[in-house]
Amino acid sequence: MKPRRRANLEPYLLLLPSLAYLAVFFAWPMVQAFGLAFRADDGRWTAEFFQRMIGDAAFWPALRTTLILVVTIIPLQFILALIMALLATAGLRGAGALIYFYALPIAVSDLAAGIVWFSIFTERGYLNTILQGLGLLERPFIFLQYGATWSLIAVILAEVWRATSIVFVILVAGLQGIPKEYHEAAEVFGAGWFARLRRITLPLLRPSIQVALILRTILAFQVFAVVVALTGDGVKVLASEAYQWYSQWRNLNVAAAYAALILAISLLSTVIYLRALRTRTEALTV
Amino acid sequence: MTARPAPPLSRRLSRVLVYLAAILVALYILAPIYLIAVMAFSPRAVVYGYPKPLLPTQISLETISFFINSYGILDSVKNSVLVAVFTLVISLAIGAPAGYALARYIFPGGDIYRILILSTRAFPVVILSIPLITTYISWGLDDSALGVALLHTAMALPTTILVTSSIFVGVSKDLEEAAMTMGCTRAGAFRRVALPLALPGLAASAIFTFMLSWNEVFAAAILTLQNQTLPARLIVQLNQSPIPFRFAGGFFILVPAIVFMLFARRYLFSLWGVKLR
Repeated sequence: MKPRRRANLEPYLLLLPSLAYLAVFFAWPMVQAFGLAFRADDGRWTAEFFQRMIGDAAFWPALRTTLILVVTIIPLQFILALIMALLATAGLRGAGALIYFYALPIAVSDLAAGIVWFSIFTERGYLNTILQGLGLLERPFIFLQYGATWSLIAVILAEVWRATSIVFVILVAGLQGIPKEYHEAAEVFGAGWFARLRRITLPLLRPSIQVALILRTILAFQVFAVVVALTGDGVKVLASEAYQWYSQWRNLNVAAAYAALILAISLLSTVIYLRALRTRTEALTV
Repeated sequence: MTARPAPPLSRRLSRVLVYLAAILVALYILAPIYLIAVMAFSPRAVVYGYPKPLLPTQISLETISFFINSYGILDSVKNSVLVAVFTLVISLAIGAPAGYALARYIFPGGDIYRILILSTRAFPVVILSIPLITTYISWGLDDSALGVALLHTAMALPTTILVTSSIFVGVSKDLEEAAMTMGCTRAGAFRRVALPLALPGLAASAIFTFMLSWNEVFAAAILTLQNQTLPARLIVQLNQSPIPFRFAGGFFILVPAIVFMLFARRYLFSLWGVKLR
């Protein structure tokens, strides 16, 4: 298990290609994004593109919606994922199949998830079919109306459906690492199920929870295809605005300003998590 | 699987409730997939119709063939496969050696490298496609499958490195050393002993990379104009498309992902769950 080969050049030669690759396709574009966002064509620094982004009518709604999505989706996902993880490790018969089903949406793209939930929420879709079939509705209700709260709820449900699996897998792995003896000992001392959940399971799951929180939050700030597939442009988010500015108006600079903003918010949230949860970078390991 | 002790109350009743909850959650996950499949295999008239059938009353390939024969779809599927294959080949070619180095050597800087790779997760990689547009134009990579694959590789590479490292940690080093005492060179021992043993894990890692690339929308849509991947093509024309096209398209991207998941299932936890040290 413990590597003990003497240090030589071999490992560095093996690492070099990956470092070079990440420098060219990861670090450099990151620097470039800020360059595009803050430098005019003649090379001087400017806040022009940033001001144009902020001045755009869609900016504040997009920022607001993105933040609303992050603060609603992530707590919902964690509650659901915890329930799923506890169910999957409860020693039920068919637990293998259960884990496979629960993990399935990991493989589902955000675009596919958007389309799947579109078939449910669209006016002539499944939800209206069922509600009307049960006699709860007189005629089909338009859930995905432009800018309506229901569109936002549809996006939240679709995202929770799609992206809870990754949290689930991380939590199950964490649960499997908790020694059974802890629970048995607690039970001997008379701790009930909830007491054990609160005093043993959750504290020992903390590293897994931190990992999942950071991963999911960064992905949530980039939410894009689910929103577009479900609502067209009825709901605006930061990533869809970045896409619009480039694909509709061919304005690379304002698109880059959005990219820089998403980057900044993501890094800020990671720093906050690391501070608040007092973990080291290693906790990012998945 | 750690079997948890059953809740203390009335054991049997709570057991039934736990099963019930487990099934309900499974239904929440599976029902939407089932419903889109029903739509994809219904004739177009049913797909347009209302109320929607909950059971597949008339099975037909009309909707799916309408989608596949739509202009540009087959080409975009070809592009998607091409991009995904490029991505998995490049990321394995670059990532596996690095993973092997992390697993087999102790060397100054190894930990820093590891932290560097881990910290890439704190960055929204997809956004990098926007600055890459200008770079690609000057390199002649704009609107090309290779260009998209290069960005997908940047997204997949950190995971590939960490996963291959954990795979090689799992392949006993003693076997390699035994091969070397019997006259294999270092490279020969790797090729004849470590590589075959690591192959299933590497395949799972490759499947993960393929899936990531097959599913990715934003970067693919930004970096291509004509040579779109399937998700890029779909997102561009989705909201102007007829309903059967959308449903069949959604189903079409869903299926390979689910099939892949079946193969990658055993490695689920080493890909996403396990802590690698």
